[in-house]
Amino acid sequence: MAEYIIRITPALLAGLDTTLSVFFLTLVLSIPLGILVALGRLSNIRPLVEILKFYIWVMRGTPLLLQIVVIFFGLPIIGITFDRFPAAILAFVLNYAAYFGEIFRGGIDSIDKGQYDAAKVLGFTPAKTYQRIILPQMIKIVLPSVANEVITLVKDTSLVYVVGLGELLRAGKIASNRDASLVPLIMAGVFYLALTGILTVVFQKLEKRYAYYQ
Amino acid sequence: MVLEVQGLCKSFAGKPVLKDINFSLKQGEILAILGRSGAGKTTLLRCINYLTKCDRGTIKVDDMYLCKTENGSAIYAKPAEVLEIRKNLGMVFQNFNLFPHMSVLQNIVEAPINVFGVPKEKAHEKAMELLEMLGLSDKADSYPFELSGGQKQRVAIARACALNPKVMCLDEPTSALDPELREGIATIIENLARDGMGILIITHDMSFAKRVATRIIFLDEGQIIQESSKEEFFESMENERIRRFVAM
Repeated sequence: MAEYIIRITPALLAGLDTTLSVFFLTLVLSIPLGILVALGRLSNIRPLVEILKFYIWVMRGTPLLLQIVVIFFGLPIIGITFDRFPAAILAFVLNYAAYFGEIFRGGIDSIDKGQYDAAKVLGFTPAKTYQRIILPQMIKIVLPSVANEVITLVKDTSLVYVVGLGELLRAGKIASNRDASLVPLIMAGVFYLALTGILTVVFQKLEKRYAYYQ
Repeated sequence: MVLEVQGLCKSFAGKPVLKDINFSLKQGEILAILGRSGAGKTTLLRCINYLTKCDRGTIKVDDMYLCKTENGSAIYAKPAEVLEIRKNLGMVFQNFNLFPHMSVLQNIVEAPINVFGVPKEKAHEKAMELLEMLGLSDKADSYPFELSGGQKQRVAIARACALNPKVMCLDEPTSALDPELREGIATIIENLARDGMGILIITHDMSFAKRVATRIIFLDEGQIIQESSKEEFFESMENERIRRFVAM
C-alpha cells in the first residue's frame, strides 16, 4: 500500500502543480479586477453600471464549466483563439472577478457615509479617500466572504480538465481508472483538504490582524 | 471677517431649504445658529463646508471665495483654491466621523501629512500639543472604539484643529454628551475663540447656546428670523416662534 502511494505521488504532484498555478493566477488577477468592478458598479457612469450589471449576471448566472468551454472552443469561431491554459485562466478570472466585485461592492456600501464627509472636509481627493479611508475598512468587512470564495476556488480549479489540462483531480482519476483503485482519488481529496486547511489558517490570521479595531 | 455668507439659497427637488441667508463671523466670536430640526441648520453647515452645493449665493472664508454668484448661479472655486479654503475651515460632525481603523494620533495627522504635505515630525508634534490641550495625551495610541463619546468629540476637535483653521464649525456639539460634559466642551470652545478662531455652532440646545455663544442667529423654515447678541436674544424674544422655541 505504502509502496503504491509512493508510486503514484509524482503524477498527483504534477497535477497539483497545475491546480496551484490556476489557483494563484486567478486570485492575483481577479481580486484587483474585482475592486475595479466594484468601483465601476458604484460609479455614477450609467452605461458602465449597466454593462457591469450584465457582466455580473452572465458570470454568476451560468456554470463556470460552460464559460471555460465557450472561451476555449467557442471564441475561435469568431477568430479569437487561446491556448488551453490562458483560456482557462481567462474564464476563471472573469468569473471570480464578478463574485469578488459583488463582495467588495457590499463591503464598500456598508461603510458609513460620514466617512466620505469627514475625508472631504479634510481635503482628501476621491482617489485618496478610497486609498486611505474606504478600502482599508472594506478589507476587514469582506474578509470572511473572501475566505469562502477562495476556498471554493481551490475546488473549482478541477474544472480545467474540460480543456484537457491535467490538474490534481484528473491525475487522480487517471490513476484510479488505470489501477481500478479508489486510493488515488482519496489522495487527491487529502491534497485538497490540506490546501483548504492552510487557507483557513491564513484567513484566520488575517482576520486577527484586522481585529485591532471595531 | 473670517466667514461671510451672503444671499445663500438652496433647494432640494424644488423645495427651498435655505432662503437668502446672510451673516458673517468675526475672529474670536462664538456664533450659535439656533432652530428646530428641519429648519435648515444642517444644510447651511453642509453648504459652508462644501459637502453640498448651494444654488446661489456667496460664501467667503477668510478673504477667499468658496463660491460667488454670477448671472444667478453659483460658481465655485477651483480645486486648488478649495483645498486652501478647507485648511481654514474646521468641521466637527455631530457623530464625529472619526476613522475607526486609525489610532487617535493617526486620525489627527492623516490629512496634514497626506493631503497638505506637512512633515511627519511637525504634524505629530502639533497633534500631541492638541491632545495635551484637550486632556487626551494618554489616548494617542487608542482607537476610536475604545473612547467615550466625550473623548471622541475632543479627538474630532483636535483633528479639525490640526491645520490651524480660522473658522471652526460644530454640528450639535452637545447631542452626544452627558450633562456634566457640557461644561467641558463649552470651556474648550471658549479657549479656541480666545486664541482667535471664529466658532460657528449649530444647535437646538438653548441652554448651551446661552452658556457659550456671543451672538445668536435664529433660523426658521430656511430663513433667519432674528440675529442679535445673546443678551438681546434672551431679553427681547419679540418673535412668537422664538418664544415658543425657548419655552420648549
